[in-house]
Amino acid sequence: MTETQAAAAGTRKRQTAESMAERQREISISEFFSKNRHLLGFDNPQKALLTAVKEAVDNSLDACEEAGFLPSIRIAIRQVGEDRFRVSVEDNGPGIVKAQIPKIFGKLLYGSKFHTLKQARGQQGIGISAAGMYGLLTTGKSIVITSRTGAGKPAHYYEIQIDTRKNTPQIITDRIIDWEPPHGTRVEIELIGTYKKGRHSVEDYVRQTAIANPHCEIFYTPPDADEPMHLVRGSDLLPPEPREIRPHPYGVELGVLIRMMKETSARQLGAALQKDFSRVSAKIAAEICKAAGLRPSANPHTLQGQETERLYKAINGVKIMSPATNCLSPIGEEQILAGLRKEIDADFFTAITRAPAVYRGNPFQIEVGLAYGGRLPGDELVDLLRFANRVPLQYQQSACAITKAVLGIDWRSYGLPQSKGALPTGPVALFVHMASVWVPFTSESKESVAPYPEILRELRLALQECGRKLATHIRAHRRAAEEEKKKSYIEKYIPHIGIALREILALSENEEREVVTTLVDVLERSRSKER
Amino acid sequence: MAKKSETGKKPASASGRQVLKAIVTSAEDIRRKVLARKKPTMKLPVRSLSNVRYQPERGFFEMKGQKKERTLTVNTVKTFAQTLRMVALSKELVENDDIATKREAYYVSKNWEEARFTEQPESDTVMDDVEAFFGVNREQLGFIPEEKGGDVAGRLVVIDRDRDTGQTLRIDCTRFGSGAYSIPISVEDLEFETQADFILAIETAGMFQRLVKHNYWKQANCVLVSMGGVPTRACRRFIRRLADFKRIPVYVFVDGDPYGITNIYRTLKVGSGNAAHLNEFFCVPQATFLGITPQDVLDYKLPTHPLKDVDIKRARDAIKNDPFIKHYRPWIKAMEQMLKMGVRAEQQALAKHGLNYVIDEYLPQKLSHPERFLP
Repeated sequence: MTETQAAAAGTRKRQTAESMAERQREISISEFFSKNRHLLGFDNPQKALLTAVKEAVDNSLDACEEAGFLPSIRIAIRQVGEDRFRVSVEDNGPGIVKAQIPKIFGKLLYGSKFHTLKQARGQQGIGISAAGMYGLLTTGKSIVITSRTGAGKPAHYYEIQIDTRKNTPQIITDRIIDWEPPHGTRVEIELIGTYKKGRHSVEDYVRQTAIANPHCEIFYTPPDADEPMHLVRGSDLLPPEPREIRPHPYGVELGVLIRMMKETSARQLGAALQKDFSRVSAKIAAEICKAAGLRPSANPHTLQGQETERLYKAINGVKIMSPATNCLSPIGEEQILAGLRKEIDADFFTAITRAPAVYRGNPFQIEVGLAYGGRLPGDELVDLLRFANRVPLQYQQSACAITKAVLGIDWRSYGLPQSKGALPTGPVALFVHMASVWVPFTSESKESVAPYPEILRELRLALQECGRKLATHIRAHRRAAEEEKKKSYIEKYIPHIGIALREILALSENEEREVVTTLVDVLERSRSKER
Repeated sequence: MAKKSETGKKPASASGRQVLKAIVTSAEDIRRKVLARKKPTMKLPVRSLSNVRYQPERGFFEMKGQKKERTLTVNTVKTFAQTLRMVALSKELVENDDIATKREAYYVSKNWEEARFTEQPESDTVMDDVEAFFGVNREQLGFIPEEKGGDVAGRLVVIDRDRDTGQTLRIDCTRFGSGAYSIPISVEDLEFETQADFILAIETAGMFQRLVKHNYWKQANCVLVSMGGVPTRACRRFIRRLADFKRIPVYVFVDGDPYGITNIYRTLKVGSGNAAHLNEFFCVPQATFLGITPQDVLDYKLPTHPLKDVDIKRARDAIKNDPFIKHYRPWIKAMEQMLKMGVRAEQQALAKHGLNYVIDEYLPQKLSHPERFLP
């Protein structure tokens, strides 16, 4: 008797709670992600290669800037098997303290950034360790880290593997080596991948990173080249360091609020609200407590679930001042122009940095840059370059708030042809950047921005402003072209009037020339009078 | 030098000499203006319905004399140059007693470098301008149309001449069997012998075929002419000369839609707005409208199609702007009736009552009361 027949007959042995409990156990976060790697951007071999590079470069840039070094990044991709690649990313950053190395690269959700609200490329502390885990899963090779914190210090060399069950790092090799750079970190990962050019390529990512980070120089060696290509620095100005802020009450979710109340160092609810949030004064704290029906002197650590929920609802009913926005570090109009100019061959450049705004208690800032003409292809859709906290977003274009905002604008009024529901057509590269302490991505792989109304509005205003500048440029350009055309008209067609008159009247060559030169002169004169 | 001997070679006909003189005069005029440092101009009659008037006693659309002046400026320099080159081509054709079809003229322009035409409609328009500028028929300028003139069958003998021997040719239009005699491009020198009672001008080749197949001309003692849509100049001239010659009436049988009435019938009867300087010769004032009328649709319970947007626009436009339709109360009423009914009916819709219903019932019934035909 087969199993199905047995089940149909109702004779199969049922599970009991006890037998089920035997198989129930905690799923480690790393185990979860190893099974759901698409959530982190490792869904196909081409994307996996790109994501690994991207996560390593994000970390390097963040580290360099934080330490005040002008970043110099070396990226190399080497093909070691038919579908095997070895990715190496090296920076001139501050290096990493020995004790931290295994945790940062061998443990998911370990990082400095999740617990703070501060504009940074990385957020969750998943990226680089997930890349290492993907490499381990597909090739069995460890992630290799070399790091040195200063000229007098030793360079540490580690081979690390992540134990997916326990979400802990396993150190395979740990030794001190000779390494030339005075300070910095190198990450090497071997993985199964696909190397492609064009859209979604590493090359595209590198170029876009260079545009959004003109203060950074990049050496990139693709698998099919021996010498690295050098993307030069466009500016020696480090971006001002973003400041860390406490969360704004409007921005927290219930779960986060429960955790914050449990972990607060304050002993009274009113004090906890004032201390752990921005823009909460004693008066506001009292107002929130009153609306929630809680005493400001209550112990925040012992709040019941329902009480916290009342607190959560109360927060959203009280009018609280918007968060400070000076914590943001936009790229800036000058720097955007510098980035575009050095990487794109065009005739006209413009850029806009909007004033900061707020969505759900999170400050953010929108910037738009635009390059037009030159060697950009005129008969293709506009090249839309999306960025969040200076990181290029290459996938899920259609789901992104930035794309939605671009599509929502009538570009025809700015002189670009546009089919219904499509991006405009023309020799345009459109650069759109969102800077925020917390970019609302639609998924963990950080590929598209969620369309909050406040964000869409800022995007629209910035795009329109750039559009108006573009329209002015295009109009001036067209006028000049029109002039040129009229002039060439005279040169082109007057000789034909001469030929026709010669044929009809049997003129001599001299007579024909006389008619033509006189006529050209008469028309040129009348044209200059018209102007 | 070569030019001179060529000019002297062929003595052009009287009308040819006139055209040559007009061409040279206009070119000299342009040259004189240029040398006086003035912008040359060309005066062209406005070629549209707004520039014609209709007087029934004259019987055709006459030009009202509005002219547009084309001054040579930066914006018009291309058309101006093309027009002059077309005039030069015409002069060459007339001098050498040669001809070029409209399409050939378009291909000749391919030698004109930047001044060449990209599509034939462009060169046709310029040719129409030249024709109107000199106030002559395009054949006099050496340009001939590509199109077929129309088909003829029935009680008629056409007398033509053999091109080589000059001998008289008698072409009996009753002896083409299921085929037909084809109207030539130039009909001016044809002569006719006929005892027919009337000429029936038909829009579609399909209906013509049916009537020929069943020798309808025998039964009705008539001449059948297939126009194949809007009649060509040759077709109009042929019907006109034949009808004038024997003083016989012309009845027109077309689709019951705005195109059949305002384009086909009206052009046949009074000419077009586009070549108004020629309508005097290319019109058939004695033509009357047999059908299909909007009333026929009701009387004969014909299957219909709804009027398309372009039909509605055409009908409204005719009521408002066509001097011919506007002149006749019955036509305005008929057009309004069609708009109200919102439908059109094709000639071949009569097949609903049987394939030969048109021969056995419709035409005999209609022809018993020609006085009821629309004007």
